[in-house]
Amino acid sequence: MPHNRRTFLKNTMLLTVFTWLHTPSAHAQLADNFVPDVLDGAAKSDIIDTDKIDIKLPKIAEKGAAVPITVSSSLDNIHTISLWVEKNPIPLVAIFRLSSQLEAFVSARLTMAETSDVVVLVETRDAVYRAKEQVKIIIGGYGC
Amino acid sequence: MSSIKIRTKRMKETTQIRMLIAHPMQHGQTQDKVTHFPIPAQFIRVLTVTCNQKVVVSCELGDGAAKDPYFAFMLKDGKAGDKITVNWLDNLGNTDSEEHIVK
Repeated sequence: MPHNRRTFLKNTMLLTVFTWLHTPSAHAQLADNFVPDVLDGAAKSDIIDTDKIDIKLPKIAEKGAAVPITVSSSLDNIHTISLWVEKNPIPLVAIFRLSSQLEAFVSARLTMAETSDVVVLVETRDAVYRAKEQVKIIIGGYGC
Repeated sequence: MSSIKIRTKRMKETTQIRMLIAHPMQHGQTQDKVTHFPIPAQFIRVLTVTCNQKVVVSCELGDGAAKDPYFAFMLKDGKAGDKITVNWLDNLGNTDSEEHIVK
């Protein structure tokens, strides 16, 4: 049998390198399915800063692993609400496409890498509105 | 057992839908502490909530949602007996869905 210790070691090493190279990376996959068409609307018209978007966020979060956020708004005809964390490796966290059956209310939990601004973009029929708030993070939620 | 827990609460004019999904939500940037190999990304990409078979929220998620993600939405004037369905799809192609009837 040609299977001796040397070939076994060689094959194991090749297999390890192969798996390492083929581990799916979040960035590559997100690039495919996360084309931010929210910003198409923003390109047409300017983003307007508004106080009609109400963001509830803690001022200081001890752990960035789960930061609760609640967004509500008094704007009409809302199509999408998107959440962005400025200093995350991938800033866009979520896009919610709301139907007319829903109130302008979304609650979720974010992972935050470091102290940064959380930006909420609300796209209505005619414009894109923005509101932001800073959260201080003591231990980042991205680990290493 | 399903990975999704749904709770609804009828208020004066709205119905609150809350959901908790058991999911690792790995963003692919952490390393295994022992082997130092990267832990592969596994996160929910698409979340859909329907009410009486009409889509009310379709949501695209990135890796920035926390582990075991929680979401809440408000339905305008929900009635008792409305059927809420929550459905998710992650980047590895796993899916799960759960139904709930508003009391």
